Amino acid sequence: MSAEIVETLIKILVVVLVFSGLGAFGTYLERKVLAYFQRRLGPTYVGPFGLLQVIADAIKLFTKEDVIPQNANHLIFSIAPVIAMVSAFVSMAPIPFFGDFQIFGHTIKPIISDINVGLLFFLAVGSASIYAPLLAGLASNSKYSLIGAARATIQLLSFEVVSTLTILAPIMVVGSLSLVEINQYQEGGMLHWLVFKQPLAFFLFLISSYAELNRTPFDLLEHEAEIVAGFCTEYSGLRWGMFFLAEYAHLFAFCFVISLIFFGGYNAWGFIPGGIAILIKVCFFVFLSMWARATFPHVRPDQLMRMCWKIMLPLALVNILITGLVLLLF
Amino acid sequence: MLETLAFYFFAALTLGMAFVVVTTTNILYAMTSLAAAMVFVSAFFFLLDAEFLGVVQILVYVGAVVVMYAFGMMFLNASQEVQERAHAPKVPALLAIALAVVLVALLGAPFIAHYAHNLQESLNPDLDTSNTKLIGFVLFTKYLVAFEVGAFMLLVALVGAMASAFKKEN
Repeated sequence: MSAEIVETLIKILVVVLVFSGLGAFGTYLERKVLAYFQRRLGPTYVGPFGLLQVIADAIKLFTKEDVIPQNANHLIFSIAPVIAMVSAFVSMAPIPFFGDFQIFGHTIKPIISDINVGLLFFLAVGSASIYAPLLAGLASNSKYSLIGAARATIQLLSFEVVSTLTILAPIMVVGSLSLVEINQYQEGGMLHWLVFKQPLAFFLFLISSYAELNRTPFDLLEHEAEIVAGFCTEYSGLRWGMFFLAEYAHLFAFCFVISLIFFGGYNAWGFIPGGIAILIKVCFFVFLSMWARATFPHVRPDQLMRMCWKIMLPLALVNILITGLVLLLF
Repeated sequence: MLETLAFYFFAALTLGMAFVVVTTTNILYAMTSLAAAMVFVSAFFFLLDAEFLGVVQILVYVGAVVVMYAFGMMFLNASQEVQERAHAPKVPALLAIALAVVLVALLGAPFIAHYAHNLQESLNPDLDTSNTKLIGFVLFTKYLVAFEVGAFMLLVALVGAMASAFKKEN
C-alpha cells in the first residue's frame, strides 16, 4: 500500500516537472516556428539558435516585480494563476503517456490514476481552467480584463457542449471512457486507428480543443487587435508566467489525448515501438497547432459562437446519429 | 486510514467554503467559494468509488457556476461590497437551521436506511462491471420513469423560459 503511494507521488513529481519544462520550452518552440512561417528569425541571441532564451525568460519572470493593482481583489487576483496551473496538471492524471515498461524488474505504468472515466475526467477538469481567466478578469479591476473575462464565458459556452458531444461518437464505438481501453481498442496497425472510423469527430474535436486552449484562431481572451492583452492586462512577473506555462502544459496534454483517442496512442506503429510512436504523434500535433496559429486569422466572438452552435453542434449530432445507426445495424 | 483522513479534509474544506458563501458580502468571494465547494463535493464521490458521478459533478457545476459569474458580471460591480437590505437576526436563523437538521434526521433516517438496503439487495452489482455501465443500467431500468420525468421537467422549464422571452418582445 505505502509503496504504491510512494510510486504515485514520484509519478506526479515527474509529470509536473516534465510538463513544466515542456511548457517553458513550448514558448521557445512557438516563437521559432512562427518566425520560420513568417520569414523572421525568432530568438537568436541567447545561446546556440537562441536555445537558452527559455532560461533568460525564466530569470526575467522570476525577478520581475510582482504588481497587484490598488483596487484589485488581492486574494482572488493571486489565486487565479494557481487555478490555471492546478487544473492543467490535475487533468493529466488519467492520461497514459506510454505503455507499461520495466525498470529493475519492476513494472511501471506511466499513468497516475487509471480511473474508468478517464476521458471525461480530462475534459471536465480541463474545462475548469476557464475559471482562471474569468477570476483574473473580474478581480483585476480593469475594463480590459473585464472584457477578457466576459469573452472567457462566451468561449466556454461555445466549445464545451461541442467538445463533449463530439467525443461521444468514438466512445460509442469503443464502449469505454478509459483512455487505456480506447488505446487498446486500436491495437494492430495503422488501419485500426479510430480516425479512419470517425474522421468528422476528429476534426470537430481538434477545432474545439483549439478553442478550449485559446489557440490563435479562437484567441478571444487576449485579442491584441481588439482588447489590450485581455484578462492578464494587470498581471506581471511570475503570475503572468504561470498562466502561459499552464496554457502550454495543457496544449501538450491535449496533444497526448488526441493521439490516444484517434491515432492509435502508444501501440507500436510498424517497426516503431509504441513509446516513440506516441511522441512522434504528439510532436506533430504540437506543430500542427503552431501551424494553425501562423496561418489562420483571428475570429470574432460572434463568429465563434455562430460556428460552434450553428455548424459544429449539428455536425456532431449527425455524427452521433450515424454512428449509432451503424452500430445498431452492423 | 488514508480515506478517512481525506474524507475529513474535504469535509472541512467543503463546509468552510459553504460558510464563506453565506457570510461574505463580496460577490467575488461568494461565487469563487461556491465553485470551490462544488468541486470539493466531487471528491466525496471519488472517495466512494463513484468516479462517474464525481466527474459529472465537476462538469455540470463548472458550467453552471460560470454562467452565474456571467450574471454577476452583468448585474453587480465585482469590486464593491454588496449590502443586503435586511439583516436576518442570528438567533432565529440558528434555531431554524438546527430545527431543519433535526427534522431531516428524524424523517429521513428510516427511509434512507430502508432504501439503501433495498437498493443494495435489488442491484447486487457484479464487481467486474465499471461504474459507468452500472449507472446506465440503473438509470434505464429501475429509475426510467424518474429519469424521464426529470428530463420532461427540464424541457418544460426551457420552453417556459423561451415563451416568456418572446412575450416581452411583442
